[in-house]
Amino acid sequence: MIAIVKYNAGNIGSVTNALNRLGVENKVTDVPAELREADKVIFPGVGEASTAMSYLRERGLDLVIQSLTQPVLGICLGMQLMCQHSEEGDADCLGIFDTKVKRFPQNKGLKVPHMGWNVIHGSTPMKNSVLMNHLDGSEDVYYVHSYYAQPSADAVAICDYILEFASVMHKDNFYATQFHPEKSAKVGEQMLKNFLEL
Amino acid sequence: MLKKRIIPCLDIKDGRTVKGINFVGLRDAGDPVQLARQYAQQGADELCFLDITATVEKRETLIPLVKDIAAVLNIPFTVGGGINDVRLAKEIIKAGADKVAVNSAAVKRPELINELAQELGNQCVVVAVDTKRLEKSASNPPQMQKTKKETESGYQNTVFVGGGRYETDKETIAWCKECETRGAGEILLTSMDHDGTKNGFALEITERIADQLSIPVIASGGGGNTVHFVDLFSKTQASAGLAASIFHFGELPVPQLKRELEATGIAVRLIASS
Repeated sequence: MIAIVKYNAGNIGSVTNALNRLGVENKVTDVPAELREADKVIFPGVGEASTAMSYLRERGLDLVIQSLTQPVLGICLGMQLMCQHSEEGDADCLGIFDTKVKRFPQNKGLKVPHMGWNVIHGSTPMKNSVLMNHLDGSEDVYYVHSYYAQPSADAVAICDYILEFASVMHKDNFYATQFHPEKSAKVGEQMLKNFLEL
Repeated sequence: MLKKRIIPCLDIKDGRTVKGINFVGLRDAGDPVQLARQYAQQGADELCFLDITATVEKRETLIPLVKDIAAVLNIPFTVGGGINDVRLAKEIIKAGADKVAVNSAAVKRPELINELAQELGNQCVVVAVDTKRLEKSASNPPQMQKTKKETESGYQNTVFVGGGRYETDKETIAWCKECETRGAGEILLTSMDHDGTKNGFALEITERIADQLSIPVIASGGGGNTVHFVDLFSKTQASAGLAASIFHFGELPVPQLKRELEATGIAVRLIASS
């Protein structure tokens, strides 16, 4: 059973749909016992960081997510909430990844949000991660975000838009993508399969 | 590099596609769900569904359709057409759409954009703007401050609503800026002077808006062949090009358009043929 963390963020249904397309049993839940007992947990989300963190703290879900030992996949806002701190609403986050989330600076000619299809990884060699099995990083995936995680030791892949940011992260049992694998056609499906096969 | 997006647009009425769409290999080309899947497989970057159902209670057919599309589609999609309240917009997003597009209702009551952005997040809010170039005359006095260029050239870009039937007092560029300020995540700009002509996109107005706004602009109206899309992406800062019939009738299949754009050096998403 795959558990999808239920909280006050949008886009959770897209992840359910993607897992259904892959024929994987899944459940959207905010019950701590169900999250702890799941084979894997997906922490998705589109929304605002500080209100999302408040919601998670009020329900004790922050501590639950931090203490999970099975594979966990954070997506978009989910990934940003797994970092130490976000500039969005000056939010202290879960601190799983040792990095901070900042807002993209305005840049003439480059729109914010960073919205649309861009590569997973830029030119420098990409770190090995099972999440990237059958992929080389040059594939295009779908991004929608105005905030980004600064590249750190946990970054597997780094994309360049206005500046370099972490597009895929991995530390211990925690995995994360800034883009939306559930909206990234076949490439996204491959990444979800890689995670599900862990 | 961020890729330029190619977006096929489908007109929907009572849960079915409107025109006799001639899509090779589809048994039921009136089924939006099948068509959506086909476009995704072809490498469309996003889809836009425009519901033109006339009834007030369009949610009865629209919401189940959005759910069905969301279940099969692995790329983002926008739903628009007659959305005039936050409640319907929320239902559409909850049913699985990635974005909603508002048009006439936002012109009538601009606060709707703020409310949608607040409730759904900016990235979910597309404001569709239908624009037309009008000659200025004594009976058509300028109601807003014009840029120098417009004053000199004697025309004004004017926003139309109601599917292009009704002229408003809004100047197009000022309205697009207001949409951005109010929280729109994207502008879908349709030039009514170009729509349906297949003579190319409205490059000048598209570039002026894309240059002055920091949110993405999707250009619509006039795209008839690859050269038109090359012009759009090389002469303007548009983020995406939207078209309908040239894709539906197989005049310019999405894979061919993307290969030809790539060959001219425009960054597009190419997919491995499978």
